[in-house]
Amino acid sequence: MARKRARVGRAASAAEAGQEIAIQTHRLTKAYGELIAVDNLNLTIRAGEIFGLLGPNGAGKTTTILMLLGLSEPTSGRAEVVGFDPTREPLEVKRRVGYLPDDVGFYGGLSGRQNLRYTAALNGLDRSASDVRIGDLLEQVGLDKAADRPVEEYSRGMRQRLGLADALVKDPSIVILDEPTASIDPAGVTDVLAIIEALARDRGVTVLLSSHLLHQVHQICDRVAIFNRGRILAQGKMADLAESLAGDQLELEVGIDGPVETVEAALRAVPGVVKVTRDPHDAHLWRVSGPQSIRNHIATDLAARGMGIRQLRRVGDELDEIYLRYFQRDEGDRDHAA
Amino acid sequence: MTTQPDAVAVTRPIPTRPPRWGWRVVAAKEFSDGILSVRLFILILVLGLPAVLAIYSTAAFVGNNAQTLNGVPGLFVAMFAHQDPNSQIPSFVEMIALLGPLLGIAFGFDAVNGERSDRTLPRLIAQPIHRDAVIIGKFASGLALMGLVLGAVTLLASGIAFWSLGVTVGPDEVARLLAWFVVALAYLGFWLAFAMLCSVVVRRAATSALAAIALWIVFTLFAALLVGIVANFLSPVPANATTDQQVANAELTAELQRISPGTLYAEASQYLLDPTVQSVDVGQLVAQQSNNRAIPSVLPLDQSLLLAWPQVVALIALSVGCFGLAYVAFMRQEVRA
Repeated sequence: MARKRARVGRAASAAEAGQEIAIQTHRLTKAYGELIAVDNLNLTIRAGEIFGLLGPNGAGKTTTILMLLGLSEPTSGRAEVVGFDPTREPLEVKRRVGYLPDDVGFYGGLSGRQNLRYTAALNGLDRSASDVRIGDLLEQVGLDKAADRPVEEYSRGMRQRLGLADALVKDPSIVILDEPTASIDPAGVTDVLAIIEALARDRGVTVLLSSHLLHQVHQICDRVAIFNRGRILAQGKMADLAESLAGDQLELEVGIDGPVETVEAALRAVPGVVKVTRDPHDAHLWRVSGPQSIRNHIATDLAARGMGIRQLRRVGDELDEIYLRYFQRDEGDRDHAA
Repeated sequence: MTTQPDAVAVTRPIPTRPPRWGWRVVAAKEFSDGILSVRLFILILVLGLPAVLAIYSTAAFVGNNAQTLNGVPGLFVAMFAHQDPNSQIPSFVEMIALLGPLLGIAFGFDAVNGERSDRTLPRLIAQPIHRDAVIIGKFASGLALMGLVLGAVTLLASGIAFWSLGVTVGPDEVARLLAWFVVALAYLGFWLAFAMLCSVVVRRAATSALAAIALWIVFTLFAALLVGIVANFLSPVPANATTDQQVANAELTAELQRISPGTLYAEASQYLLDPTVQSVDVGQLVAQQSNNRAIPSVLPLDQSLLLAWPQVVALIALSVGCFGLAYVAFMRQEVRA
């Protein structure tokens, strides 16, 4: 609960800060031959927010990130990161942006601390000052005890946390995290998410994270963009996205005891109902779709007929369902266009 | 840009400017990795044992023929360049020519693809350094490590030469040995650059090592054979060949052999380590002998350097060219495969 409140406070202060823009892209495009990995991407990320770039593997998330860091040149369009064009001034961008690559690697023979020292040296940081900082960062990510063991002995979760510390060594104003929770165990995911959230909350760092695992990251994101085949399908707060997708149509899962024929007839008789189907696995579970009004009608009509409703659930509230339906709609659009 | 609210437990680092010489940071890290590696230890053994054997064999020969060889100019450095004529053991210089490539290959074959397979490359180039700092730094550290191994082996060989003969060494001879050291390092540098080129182009470290070793074997084992065939085709030597025809064939063979960095290194070494060598060119040697103009004389170092200059320049050009290819290939590569 305390965590929730702190988040609200941060969001408010970020809003008051005058919508300072941390990352902006304008018709950013990357093509590999025929394949268009990123297609006219327009993205605005405000300072201090946690922004989630969500989409399946191969959606173009990593390509976008590489262009934002100046590690890959856009085919057309432009980006601006902390006020610099990453293509023209990559060093200025890389000086201010911490990056945790997808599937991060370290020099196995060196200890966690030595790996971070190398990063500090590459950033031109003063040795004695950065040593103190590295010690503190290792403690923050819970690696202070393992700091002097070689990284090849670390678990995946430990590497991921070391990667977070590594991205922070330069004291960045933005951190870009590519799939920060992929392929680590659930306990590790919770740890990593807590660290990321603390970053934004306590230090005002802007976080851009990419993930294909919506359910893992949505709770810490202020805003998300749902991304597929190089294009943004939807962008905004999670709740707003769910709302806009559902529109006027509603699909309900209704559990009713009683003879199948009678129940089906009763459901079809409800005003506004468009479609009724029976669950293939459970004879007493039905799916009913129609406008918003059917929810109340089903409840009252069936009660009037003396049928007890065991269960009434709106389908599509689940995050992963929202996510999937965006992609299905995307497929549909494509097919339609073709 | 950064707003740093609240009391933050973490101290901010001193905001120094990022290094203008990012390659130095990379080189320093690579060097300290290499200096403690098993790889370095193995290479010192692999190069050191045959080199010591070579110098020991030559020293024994010199010792047995002390009276005839007494007063030979530059005997100390000549021991590096010549072998016991009655023995199968090659000279020190030849040992380096044979085994030196291994050094370059060992320090270069996984330079870039190693970072890829460790998945450290994206993290490395996301730091505020220019991208070429990675490959320049790795080349510099490889060169330094090879210099260390070669230096150690040369010093060891010199020690054995001193100890077994008790010869005195003048400043001229020390200078000759130093000049040879630079040439030998350029030769090893070619192999380092070639191995690094393989490590950029070939994704798997094992395959890259294999490619580099293949070229090494082609140059050491088959080059002479191939060159002979090509030379005989272009400049045939019939059964009743004149001297001119034979010389033309031999000269062409020598020219073709100079495509190999090993030949360039060997010829430059002959000039530098033996002050009596005035030419390694077949035509000139024949001309001198037939005219009885081969005046045995001792050249000063600057004259020897002048003679070796074309080979030295060609060798350095080959190394730089090879590194240039690796550099361009690396700079043009996408971060992701």
